[in-house]
Amino acid sequence: TVPTGEELALGRLATPDEIAAWDIDIRPDGAGLPDGSGDVWTGEELYVENCASCHGDFGESIGRWPQLAGGQGTLTRDRPVKTIGSYWPYLSTVYDYVHRAMPFGDAQSLSDDDVYAITAYLLYLNDLVDDDFVLDREALAGFDMPNVNGFYPDDRAETEFGVFSAPICMEDCRNEVEITARAEVVDVTPDDETARLAREAAAT
Amino acid sequence: MSEHKGPSRRMLLGAMAAGGAAMTTGMARAAGDPAITELQPWMRSLGDGVDAHPYGMPSPFEAHVKRRNVEWLTADPVSSVNFTPIHELDGIITPNGLCFERHHSGIARVDPSLHRLMINGLVDREIVFTMDDLKRFPRYNRIHFLECAANSGMEWRGAQLNGCQFTHGMIHNVMYTGVMLRDVLAAAGVKPTGTWLLAEGADAAAMTRSIPMEKALDDCMIAFKMNGEALRPEQGYPVRLVVPGWEGNMWVKWLRRIEIGDQPWQHREETSKYTDLLPDGRARRFTYEMDAKSVITNPSPQAPLSHGKGPTVLTGIAWSGRGTIPRVDVTLDGGRNWHQARMDGPSLEKSMHRFYFDFDWDGRPLLLQSRAHDSTGYVQPTKDALRAIRGPDSIYHNNGIQTWHVDERGEAENVEVG
Repeated sequence: TVPTGEELALGRLATPDEIAAWDIDIRPDGAGLPDGSGDVWTGEELYVENCASCHGDFGESIGRWPQLAGGQGTLTRDRPVKTIGSYWPYLSTVYDYVHRAMPFGDAQSLSDDDVYAITAYLLYLNDLVDDDFVLDREALAGFDMPNVNGFYPDDRAETEFGVFSAPICMEDCRNEVEITARAEVVDVTPDDETARLAREAAAT
Repeated sequence: MSEHKGPSRRMLLGAMAAGGAAMTTGMARAAGDPAITELQPWMRSLGDGVDAHPYGMPSPFEAHVKRRNVEWLTADPVSSVNFTPIHELDGIITPNGLCFERHHSGIARVDPSLHRLMINGLVDREIVFTMDDLKRFPRYNRIHFLECAANSGMEWRGAQLNGCQFTHGMIHNVMYTGVMLRDVLAAAGVKPTGTWLLAEGADAAAMTRSIPMEKALDDCMIAFKMNGEALRPEQGYPVRLVVPGWEGNMWVKWLRRIEIGDQPWQHREETSKYTDLLPDGRARRFTYEMDAKSVITNPSPQAPLSHGKGPTVLTGIAWSGRGTIPRVDVTLDGGRNWHQARMDGPSLEKSMHRFYFDFDWDGRPLLLQSRAHDSTGYVQPTKDALRAIRGPDSIYHNNGIQTWHVDERGEAENVEVG
């Protein structure tokens, strides 16, 4: 019989310092948040120094980098603008993600207070707090984001599976078939000279 | 079952006669095929010895078979994606060097002797494993597809990229060797309150996803090999999570930590990303499973029909996150009439399946589509049927039927039909 993981007793106990070093995740209820705090104006300084070169001075984004602010009320429009303010359901996600993965290319370089301050500034850029706002553990865990009720669990089983398991047609299923969209007209596919030459060589 | 009879003997004989005529003309011109009548260099001189290529590479004639990226898709190639050349592959196994890549902070170059996997949170024993420890758990082999949730996402608003590599190539299918996640979790002893786990990567993105415990205990693996050899660095070397049938983002690479908790963490990759916006402005979250899907890989825009009329092999791939693919239908006329394709090769749960449809091409334009059926009875929908429910802005989970228009020359184009 194959031994179970429980019987094998592999690995060793993790030390408290090891767990503290790696367990940096934050939850919406505030679990995982460190002591500390940061205000909007400190956040602005840090943001300009560390973030604005990609995300823009006002979170509007440079080039194709993510837009962090604005877009409120656009989720039902054509071309919705999904930002922290318009889309993200929880503020804890901002703290967690900035702390674990930003700035891009220099991850985990910000102190706990830095991340509180930048998070406060991002709220300010999204018109969700005044400029004298100070963010700390309690304020963050209790903060209501505008789109917190904008999400619901996967419901494909109820809304789609029945429709897409219906009997299908095999013969004379439709009349005219018309081409309604063409990728060659859009013309955004990278050219592949190597492949074209290889095809031509193989055909001769 | 036998709606598709294959080419008739009469059709085959006709095609052979046509081919014979072409050959006669060629012989008259050249008095024989120089590929036969002239001595080729490889027939005369010696080739490389067995010491020349300790790790072999494909023939230089196959240099075009490679991953490709689309520069305009992302801000930067480090948090980006490339595409598997599925139009050049056959069978169901993706060669390791061609498996598409998706990173959020580039390819972590992890030293396996310094790699650790930590299990903490709601467990009896918070544990650290080395790679050697992990390899002492009972080992299993499973073949599964990994499809990016955004595969075909650029096509929601209409035909955009011209080639199945680009429209459907955020997928690969390999044999994983590894250990069952449930065995590793059992070593730590999950507490009864532990209903969710958080998987975290060791790269600079420290990628995290919340996974329900039921899935973790069912068929998830911690894999250290793919297609028999160590994982490639770009696929998570030395160790990655395997989450069969579920969206690729959850298959955390360079896996360094698993925390057990009693609720999801709602991290960036399950709130801002990998949530699916619907027409009422609300979004689905936790859309884990990849629905049944298929695509014709040949002919396709990057793989035109170059042989002219006559016997033609149409082939493609189909897969479902909920089981196997017992059947694929193919149409040559944009969905007016459908034929059952021939499935060939292994049919495995949550794995790619290969299908073929052998037909006699009369040289007239074709509108090709494939329609996968999975083992739950679900039939792959059209893009219009999906958009009727989801609108055009859900980004992820586009499993709609793909159409290729093949013209009289055999050139194929990505189109939509109405």
